[in-house]
Amino acid sequence: MKKTLLDNTVSEDKQMLSVVNRRYFLRSAGVAAATGAFILGACTDHDIQGDQTVDLGSGDVGILNYAYALEQLEAAFYTQVMATPYAGMTAEEKMILTDIRDHEIIHRQFFKAALGGSAIKGLTPNFTSINFNDRASVLGAAKLFEDTGVQAYNGAGKLITSGDYLLLAGKIVSVEARHASIIRDLLMPNTGSFAGDDVLVTIMGFGGFDAAVPPSVILPAVQPFVMDKISGSNLPS
Amino acid sequence: MNIFNIIDSFQKFDGDAVGRLEHASRRMFMNRIGSKLAAAAIPVAFGTIVNKAFGATPTATEVLNYALTLEYLENEFYMIGNGTSGLIPSTYAPVFAQIGKHEKAHVDFLVAALSTNAVAKPTFDFPAVFPTVFTDFPTFVTVSKALEDTGVRAYKGQAGNLITSKPLLEYALQIHSVEARHAAIARKILAKISGDATIKGWISNDAGVPAAVYAGEGNVVQGTLNLPGVDGLSGVSFTAITEAFDEPLTMDQVLAIAGPFIKKM
Repeated sequence: MKKTLLDNTVSEDKQMLSVVNRRYFLRSAGVAAATGAFILGACTDHDIQGDQTVDLGSGDVGILNYAYALEQLEAAFYTQVMATPYAGMTAEEKMILTDIRDHEIIHRQFFKAALGGSAIKGLTPNFTSINFNDRASVLGAAKLFEDTGVQAYNGAGKLITSGDYLLLAGKIVSVEARHASIIRDLLMPNTGSFAGDDVLVTIMGFGGFDAAVPPSVILPAVQPFVMDKISGSNLPS
Repeated sequence: MNIFNIIDSFQKFDGDAVGRLEHASRRMFMNRIGSKLAAAAIPVAFGTIVNKAFGATPTATEVLNYALTLEYLENEFYMIGNGTSGLIPSTYAPVFAQIGKHEKAHVDFLVAALSTNAVAKPTFDFPAVFPTVFTDFPTFVTVSKALEDTGVRAYKGQAGNLITSKPLLEYALQIHSVEARHAAIARKILAKISGDATIKGWISNDAGVPAAVYAGEGNVVQGTLNLPGVDGLSGVSFTAITEAFDEPLTMDQVLAIAGPFIKKM
């Protein structure tokens, strides 16, 4: 039972990814303008909105949708990573990346359920810049996503008004930080990279802090990885 | 019994402190005979007593001093560990040097932020709880992991108390995630040197030593949602659901864990 149900979750993502690949193929074939109707016919409900801008909304709900968007991206990424493992993936790496995939799927489904009718639609990822056959490309992207996730949650904390939501964000951000640490150690084992000076910042001259980055900076940074245009213009700031 | 040294500090908050601490120390002593790791089944009474010094809803200053006390503890732990030749194998020295550097920076930052309100550094005694902590690397890593996981949970538990102090909340969050990076790497190293593959960078269920550090981590209800029943998650393992969320600890719980390391406040 366990296997079947997990496969369902994964296959949903696979389906989404295959849609992306199909769209990309068609576009690169130079028929983008003509493919609109075809894409609609081939897509699931989530994709019907196509390239329309996705507005995250305002207030705490907007912040939760912001987190939901980032978790969708991460979940889709690791689902693809484990669907097409890079050459030479070790048993340890497989275990780590499978765990992280499951954690991100859990985060995504949690936000989707918590937001209910206020949830944004399922986003269509764009991972064309990532070579899923190449370890360095995959782990480099994982590092970027995890570090960015940590910075995004840290920056969103002060924008949340509900103590309950703040605690929930806090419960998730430290797990993202654990991911970042372990991914970084895979790339540069047994060094200071797990909490590296390249990613940490100083406050008033004191080091050893993760950055806290506002949505207005995070969203443009992750936009290249999402087909849909995401707008955070109504988010609190 | 070093724990008696702090009775004077707390007797004024709690008239029954002596009785409770005697009971607590007796438990700790007995546990230590059984197993060095079981010593971490820590006297709960300690935290209850200490917490009376803070009151029900701590102010931002109290929260920062609480954080500072934990950072003092971590900083001294790594200062001694990193400075003890032969303890940390050269393979892992850069990792613990990096952690130590951060903990010192966190102490310096909090002392500067609190200025004249900063509490003084307590006197710590780690071998009193774990006799071989600075002679046996696996014990050192076990305590490192426990302190970092506790730190993560301690900061998380105070986020709500800083929700109206936005800049302080943000600083605390920025430390909180670094503690999580530390915890993950300490866990990974412990897994490697112990050969225990069930130890991962993330906390699985409520498993871990000392048990008090991991109490409540098996929670799978987030907000109002019982996650195993949520759409799209029925195929994900229960363990993965527990791993995906770190849980907070109250001041009581944290001080019960950290208290036995404190010889004098």
